[in-house]
Amino acid sequence: MKTAQKNPPAHSVHSVHKTPTNPPDILAPVREMIQACIQCGTCTGSCPNAFAMDISPRGMWRMVIMGEDESITEELFNTKTFSLCSSCYTCTLRCPRGLPLTDAIQALKRIQTRHYPEKAKKNIHFYASFLESVRRHGRVRETEFMTLFFLSMKNPFLPFSFAPLAIRLMAKGKVKPGFPSAGNGALDPIFQKARELEASS
Amino acid sequence: MKNFTHRYFYYPGCSLEGTAKEYDISTRSLMAALEIELTDIPDWNCCGASAAAAQGELLSLALPALNLAKAEAAAQASKSTAAWDILSPCSACYLNLKRAEAETARNPALRARVNAVLAEKDLQYKGGVQSRHLLDVLAKDIGASRVGHAVTNPLSGLQVAPYYGCQCLRPYAVFDDPEIPGTMNPLIRAAGAHVFPWNLSARCCGAAHMNTHPEVGISLVTDILKAAKGADLLVTVCPMCQINLEAYQNRASRLAEEDLHISVLYLPQLLGLAAGIAEEKLGLALNLAAEKDFRFETINEPI
Repeated sequence: MKTAQKNPPAHSVHSVHKTPTNPPDILAPVREMIQACIQCGTCTGSCPNAFAMDISPRGMWRMVIMGEDESITEELFNTKTFSLCSSCYTCTLRCPRGLPLTDAIQALKRIQTRHYPEKAKKNIHFYASFLESVRRHGRVRETEFMTLFFLSMKNPFLPFSFAPLAIRLMAKGKVKPGFPSAGNGALDPIFQKARELEASS
Repeated sequence: MKNFTHRYFYYPGCSLEGTAKEYDISTRSLMAALEIELTDIPDWNCCGASAAAAQGELLSLALPALNLAKAEAAAQASKSTAAWDILSPCSACYLNLKRAEAETARNPALRARVNAVLAEKDLQYKGGVQSRHLLDVLAKDIGASRVGHAVTNPLSGLQVAPYYGCQCLRPYAVFDDPEIPGTMNPLIRAAGAHVFPWNLSARCCGAAHMNTHPEVGISLVTDILKAAKGADLLVTVCPMCQINLEAYQNRASRLAEEDLHISVLYLPQLLGLAAGIAEEKLGLALNLAAEKDFRFETINEPI
């Protein structure tokens, strides 16, 4: 055990960088989920969206592992890699370490929503508009959801890119034109309680 | 043939009330023809789709768990001794319900937190009902031979490419091989059709990318349509897969510089046709890409 005494345990190497002035390590919960990553790249090879990513999934996990450094965290949230995850779960299925990679990406999306909202405006508004319609009515109303999305994005040209499909769906009677409404708020208590418990944990 | 030990709650989910109406119509018609009773979950709510998971982990479990709890309460009230399952035709709904079921089962502390949220509606989920996908029930509980007995109009000569997508297969490998799925094959053969051999039956369709990252989404859709070339029609088991594969065929054809138009049907529509169910009871007029005889003569899409 002489060598063990000579070499300090791994965690103290990291603790050298931690000073009281460091910001909170916002990636810590995600790092915990993927710390057994061996950087084999099976996730990258399995990802149907990897071709469109600026950093590979493997590279992204490397950044999470190294992300106690704030500049790496910042760089990670500048990439579009995790926002391009379409939740196909192929990486989760194939990961030889059995890591919950898709869930870890969901966790990254939540951290981005909370700490870097300006970097994922479109995704955040898209999901928030969807949930707002669910909160109001218990079920999503597609026309209301898209109207709320367009209003929140404040881009007058955005609706036009969706118009051709919307017209076809309306012609089939699948979506009805309509304005957003208040609804009965049946799911309000569920939304409030979930947020309250999540904030306190 | 009512020797079933299972009874089914039906969870249509939001899409089946809107863009996927024909999936709802055809599922109900096919199940009626197969003498399977479906009981709607009283006052069911949205499962949260992918939206809740992006906002809060607990909310993403509480919304589907609320449906599980509503079904469980209705099962208890029914006083039936049968095992109740929840049948979802939508893969995303199925997965959200399955995830709430599986995660609360393996983590008692999490179950307590989820139930603390459900208590706001005076409900609890104790694990008494399970989430099942429509394909799982068709393939495993009902089975191809029983479907075959109902066939009066065999779809002879049709080459059908089964498309499974992702979320009915992964991450919970419940009823099929999550990489090389095959549960649709016997059902397609029971309908009298041929199974088109191809490699992309479990490849992601891009999900919501067609809305948030359309340039990426169209690339995934194009790859799938190219691989399906040679088949007469594609069959899906998810509203998201269906709309991605049926709605953007003009755009995909332009991108690939070849004609990629193909009829896209929901599985219960295909099986329903073979069982001689009338087209209006299968909602066939509502599909965005379903040609008569399933062969595209003309290209008439506006986009």
